[in-house]
Amino acid sequence: MMTEYLLIFISTVLVNNFVLVKFLGLCPTISVATKLEPAIGMGLATTFVLTLSSICSYLVYNYLLIPFGLEFLRTITFIFVIAVVVQFTEIVIHKASPLLYQALGIFLPLITTNCIVLGVALLNVQEQHNFIAATIYGFGSAIGFALVLVLFAAIRERIAVADVPLAFKGVPVTLFTAGIMSIGFMGFAGLVK
Amino acid sequence: MPFKLSTAPYLHQANSVAIMMRQVLYALIPGIALYVWFFGWGIVIHILLTSITALSCEAILLWLRNRPLRLFLTDNSALVTAWLLGSALPPFAPWWISVLGTAFALIFAKHLYGGLGYNPFNPAIVGYAMLLISFPGEMTKWPYLASLSGHYPGIVESMSIIFTGQPLGEITLDALSGATPLNTMKTQLNNFHTVTEIKQNPIFSYYGAKGWEWIGSTFFLGGVWLIYKRVITWHIPMAIIGSLLLISSLFFILDSDRYPSPLFHLFGGGSAMIGAFFIATDPVSAATSNTGKLIYGTGIGILIYIIRTWGGYPDGVAFSVLLMNIAVPLIDYYTQPRVFGY
Repeated sequence: MMTEYLLIFISTVLVNNFVLVKFLGLCPTISVATKLEPAIGMGLATTFVLTLSSICSYLVYNYLLIPFGLEFLRTITFIFVIAVVVQFTEIVIHKASPLLYQALGIFLPLITTNCIVLGVALLNVQEQHNFIAATIYGFGSAIGFALVLVLFAAIRERIAVADVPLAFKGVPVTLFTAGIMSIGFMGFAGLVK
Repeated sequence: MPFKLSTAPYLHQANSVAIMMRQVLYALIPGIALYVWFFGWGIVIHILLTSITALSCEAILLWLRNRPLRLFLTDNSALVTAWLLGSALPPFAPWWISVLGTAFALIFAKHLYGGLGYNPFNPAIVGYAMLLISFPGEMTKWPYLASLSGHYPGIVESMSIIFTGQPLGEITLDALSGATPLNTMKTQLNNFHTVTEIKQNPIFSYYGAKGWEWIGSTFFLGGVWLIYKRVITWHIPMAIIGSLLLISSLFFILDSDRYPSPLFHLFGGGSAMIGAFFIATDPVSAATSNTGKLIYGTGIGILIYIIRTWGGYPDGVAFSVLLMNIAVPLIDYYTQPRVFGY
């Protein structure tokens, strides 16, 4: 049992990384990860939200939707659950640590539109995870996202001062870098059978 | 009588990019010569192909970007990329593999980021990794040791294999090529054979694999010469070899039937040595501070072991270096030395 959970974790962080292998959550990766500091904050906030929303959507699906035979409503329900979790996080951070709230700014509500959050909730249903597996799946995918976000931000700080040809400045070279990082993460293929 | 006067600075450093790169090329030559001795002339033809492609790509891109041609073409950096990629490719690979890989490395991994000094990833490694995931069939066809197959591919035969895919005479290419020792070890271990059983195969020898151990040792000596010449520092190679040695010894002691010996990891192929001394030490894409270099090298060593032992690829050197290149900006950020006076 423990091995299975460990494999889920390694798989979501490295082998099936959501950003570099499944290509979900590219929008925050491209737009937020220009500087290292906000990237770390965004990564931490997303980790918290993603783990919590994965748990909540699991509970809502199994104890609310299935008993009432409303599985077909899962997409809209999950969006609702995610919005609530993000709002909840925002209120808590606002009260508990106004400084962090200031630092994160617009990124906090933006987590709602991160496709990984909805993707994890839906994939939990599709892969029929149990409660612990769903939690680890949410946590692992968030760690994978945060890892790529931080690495990517550090590389982009370096590219920002590089002598990139005019036609490739900005987003083109960024997307190309994401491609090369993806090639690198292909090396982990086969780590989890 | 006129006295020759010169002004300060009197201390003069003889190193320049062109000289350093040329010394890297010199250090590669003995290893490549042994390669020719054991596996035939394929590698030389591939190095010629990659060199021609690299120089022409470099020239075209410099011209497109309005940069001085002579200054950048004579700094030898394109040639180092070409030689490293050429000696990493299987000697029997078709000609378009080396042309495609070098063009990708030079155009996309180097000049798209602004050329020498700006590329966050080592161009040779990017080219090699791209080829490995795109053309796995061509990239895993390695020649048998000439002394084992009893057939030595000379210059003409190697050219025939590379350009037409056919050896001379009746013999087929499949009879001359097969899996590398590292690959054999991995597939056999996956079929639940023990290391001792697998080592019965004549391609293995006492401490590495026949032929490969000599090539690896020669690259090791070439690397030591580079350290002596102060082209590279000892930190990165030491960290890679040390961490690989340490982690493989640990598992070897735990279960010597399932995990091959540390020496096999170091000398079972030429890749560990050429990666540790020549590719990972690329001053542009490697970490800068000494602490950073040690972290970077240790990361590469551990990743090599993880990918080789539990991953899908028999040899993880290329991916490990690429992954740690990705992590370098972050390592540099956290290992910045304190500014003097603060």
